[in-house]
Amino acid sequence: MRRQIPFGLVFIFGIFMVFQFFVPHEKSEWVYEFLLDWIIVIGIFALALGIWSLFKVSVEKIKQGKEGGNYSYITLVGLYMMVAFGFTQQTGEGWGLYFLWIMLCSACIVSLMRLRASTDSGKKRMWALASVGFLVAAVLVAIFDDAWAFFLYTPEGLENSMFEIFFDHIMMPILATMFSLLAFYIASAAYRAFRARNVLASLLLLAALLVMSRFNPVIPGAEYVANASNWLMNVPNLAAQRAIVIGIGLGIVGTALKIILGIERGYMGRG
Amino acid sequence: MELFERLMKLDRRWVFLLLIIVCVWAYASSFSVPILVMPEVQSIYDKVEGLPEGSVVLVAIDYDPNNLAELHPMTYALVEQCWRKKIKTIFTALSMNGPGMCVQAIRDITDSVSRDKEYNGVMYKGREVVNGVDYCFLGYKPYYAIVILGMGQAFNQPYPTDYYGTPLDEVPMMRGIINYDQVDLVVDISGGNITDAWISYGQGRFGFDLALGLTGVMTAQYYPYLGSGQVIGIMGGLLGAAQYEKLTDNPGRAKDGMRVQLPAHLVIILFIIMGNVGFFANKLRLRREGRA
Amino acid sequence: MKHRFLIVGLLLLFGLSSVWAQTEPPVVDSMVVDSTELFPAAVSDVQVVDKPNDHGHAVIVTWETSADDGGGKNNVLRYEIFYSTSFDGPFDSVGAVPAGTGEFRHIGSKEPLDSAFVPDYTDLFYQIDAVTADPTIRTTSDVLGPVQCSGQWFNTGRIPVLVAVLIFGLLTAFFVLSAKRGKKLYVRPIGGIEAVDDAIGRATEMGRPILYVLGLGSAADVATIASFTILGRVAKRVAEYQTELIVPTYDPIVMSVAQEVVKSSYFDAGRPEDFKEDCVHFVTQSQFAYVAAVNGIMLRELPATCVYMGKFFAESLLLAETGSLAGSIQISGTDEIAQIPFFIVACDYTLIGEELYAASAYLGREPKLLGSLKAQDWAKAAFVALAIVGLLAANFEWFEFTTLFQVID
Repeated sequence: MRRQIPFGLVFIFGIFMVFQFFVPHEKSEWVYEFLLDWIIVIGIFALALGIWSLFKVSVEKIKQGKEGGNYSYITLVGLYMMVAFGFTQQTGEGWGLYFLWIMLCSACIVSLMRLRASTDSGKKRMWALASVGFLVAAVLVAIFDDAWAFFLYTPEGLENSMFEIFFDHIMMPILATMFSLLAFYIASAAYRAFRARNVLASLLLLAALLVMSRFNPVIPGAEYVANASNWLMNVPNLAAQRAIVIGIGLGIVGTALKIILGIERGYMGRG
Repeated sequence: MELFERLMKLDRRWVFLLLIIVCVWAYASSFSVPILVMPEVQSIYDKVEGLPEGSVVLVAIDYDPNNLAELHPMTYALVEQCWRKKIKTIFTALSMNGPGMCVQAIRDITDSVSRDKEYNGVMYKGREVVNGVDYCFLGYKPYYAIVILGMGQAFNQPYPTDYYGTPLDEVPMMRGIINYDQVDLVVDISGGNITDAWISYGQGRFGFDLALGLTGVMTAQYYPYLGSGQVIGIMGGLLGAAQYEKLTDNPGRAKDGMRVQLPAHLVIILFIIMGNVGFFANKLRLRREGRA
Repeated sequence: MKHRFLIVGLLLLFGLSSVWAQTEPPVVDSMVVDSTELFPAAVSDVQVVDKPNDHGHAVIVTWETSADDGGGKNNVLRYEIFYSTSFDGPFDSVGAVPAGTGEFRHIGSKEPLDSAFVPDYTDLFYQIDAVTADPTIRTTSDVLGPVQCSGQWFNTGRIPVLVAVLIFGLLTAFFVLSAKRGKKLYVRPIGGIEAVDDAIGRATEMGRPILYVLGLGSAADVATIASFTILGRVAKRVAEYQTELIVPTYDPIVMSVAQEVVKSSYFDAGRPEDFKEDCVHFVTQSQFAYVAAVNGIMLRELPATCVYMGKFFAESLLLAETGSLAGSIQISGTDEIAQIPFFIVACDYTLIGEELYAASAYLGREPKLLGSLKAQDWAKAAFVALAIVGLLAANFEWFEFTTLFQVID
């Protein structure tokens, strides 16, 4: 019964989605929009679960004294700080005690993490007191400091200069660096993989060299190389990709059908 | 023969080192790379160029800072072309860090459009670009497929307000713009799977003109959609961005980036050749030893 | 005397001027005639119909362009379309199209409070203005209508899709039934799936964990759903061998589903007490932050086996190369065509495209699942046959055949 109800729901909503594709009427659209809204609602609840999971895993790392466990503090304090910046903004010229408030909240989070990670009851009591103390101090600062305010329903927080600084000068360079690593990995993978071991591998190597050389003015006959690589991209590459796309498309329809009809049940934990 | 074996089994760190040296050298140099414009980029330019004043283009900023090097130049060239031609722009950001990218792009392009500039022999007077009149930024919403489907019904369904909190019905530019039917072109500039949703849930379902700006790695995957007519054009990677900059006569970061990409490609080709020379020499040696 | 002449002179001048003034109207008339000549010819043969295959609130207006559009005085710049719910107006502008266009789709809002709302089952009237460069010089067409718009209960433009779905559904039903009746269905071996058991054994021998990455897809992606099935199989083996499993996820919904899948597998293996909820955990929804976290896990935990199944994008090579550095056996599978080459280069086994979807049928060996796989093969054969016929039809200009498969939105 525990599994029959979800399968029943999958069948009903799956059939409705197929039905909706062919029925453009307003009434069918209304149900469709209603379902889409529900997916968003479920997603938001799942996000809360996700953050809780991240917190638990981070604490567990500290508890077990795993290598790099201290980075967990940075993860959770960073998560809190970006959220806090997004909901707060200065109301006047200066920032007042804003940074003290940020520090107090961060200290409270660290104390909570230590509290959960501690096994000794004495230490547990100490961290509990510390976290309550930091929290009370942070609340008092938030109440009595007029230099900044919370904006929970309006977007002033998005203009918070701290938010912009953290995004532009920390987040962007870090993520751009991660992506740029790809260039190095591609170079190393290409060096190892493109070996003319047999006829097919030689053809692949030739095609790779042509495509990499396209629009390269240094190479003699650049225009011919460009034309040849375009032909490779638009004819053999396209034909092969279409074949795979058709196979994938049919696979998607087949799997969707199996899921709707309850033939495929692995996603519910029956592997 | 020892040398050939080394050529074949070179430590990957040597590849990394040479690549970084060449990239830094190329970035510091000042030579320029000639750009050949491909039809798939030209078609996007022609479409935008052919739109009359007051038309609406939806630019989906679906990339995070990690893709900024390849995709930001496309946004800059395309949006500046739109705003110089007084084409209205709707921005969406369905990638989590997309809003930051979009705000940065709007800030910089607004600044650029405020100055007089000549493009392809036509002088454009500088003007102030006004939020809500020239553009409307709808912001980020999770679950992109649902948002794309929702906008097909009405923009104000997934986005009751714009990014800055103004109710969409009160944004002057959005009056009369209900859904994709009033949009002349959708350009998805993306570094991830959101493009698939724009093609299948967006273009497939609502039939609008869709153009793509993609990272170099992704581009080959989307050529079939170009052939089938589901996509009117593709800007692929830094090269695509550089081509669009050339077409709009607005050289920027992509043109600079091409100076780095070209020698980097040559280094990779060099390593592939080295590896194969080593491979064949080694094979020859083994064969000789076998004969001996 | 002089004064009298002056007065008479002034009177004469006044009289003459009044005569001149009286002769002015014809001049004015001639100007009106001139400006009338500037007015373009009105559009003709206007038709208004309800937009088919939609939810209502939309009308298609078509017309023959003005004689002065592209010919005659050639002064039409655009057409402006007006509508009203009454024959006598007032008419509101609903849009404009450039000269040379003969169609306008008036797509209204369905929200009654929206200014662009167009009511269903109500008489609507339209007018079209042919407008010149001077917006005051325009010619209005006759009032057209009434027309009523309404939503439809079936989208006829999608009949080919319906037929294809029905045929595919029937094929699946046929093969599932014949498999149930005991007909043997052959599925070729899939190396990547067969390697899973060996890889788990290796991890057990080495005392190192298994890393399972579900990719960047959402729980609605079929690739992710297929990946859940394989995760279930891996988790069951892991529970039997008592090896550690790490599943870092990108999407919180995927995390919740994956936790349920792994938990069920531990139950099925008879070891529910070994299940740790935190082995499946959420990391982040930022693509490269996720990569950084997973790569960090790889380099710290040094997993014996890395399994990548689901939707992957630019991060595929970063993950697979790091896994290779960590000395793991790597098995991958994705339906993202652009990433398949990267996985092939850096992993030991790769499931290509639809092999990922076939994995559940291959693992389960249930007749029902194998039947649907067979239906896919037949559908593929039908596609190949239709593609050949389509190629011939297009070359011999037999367009009745090629348009048969056209989906109209």
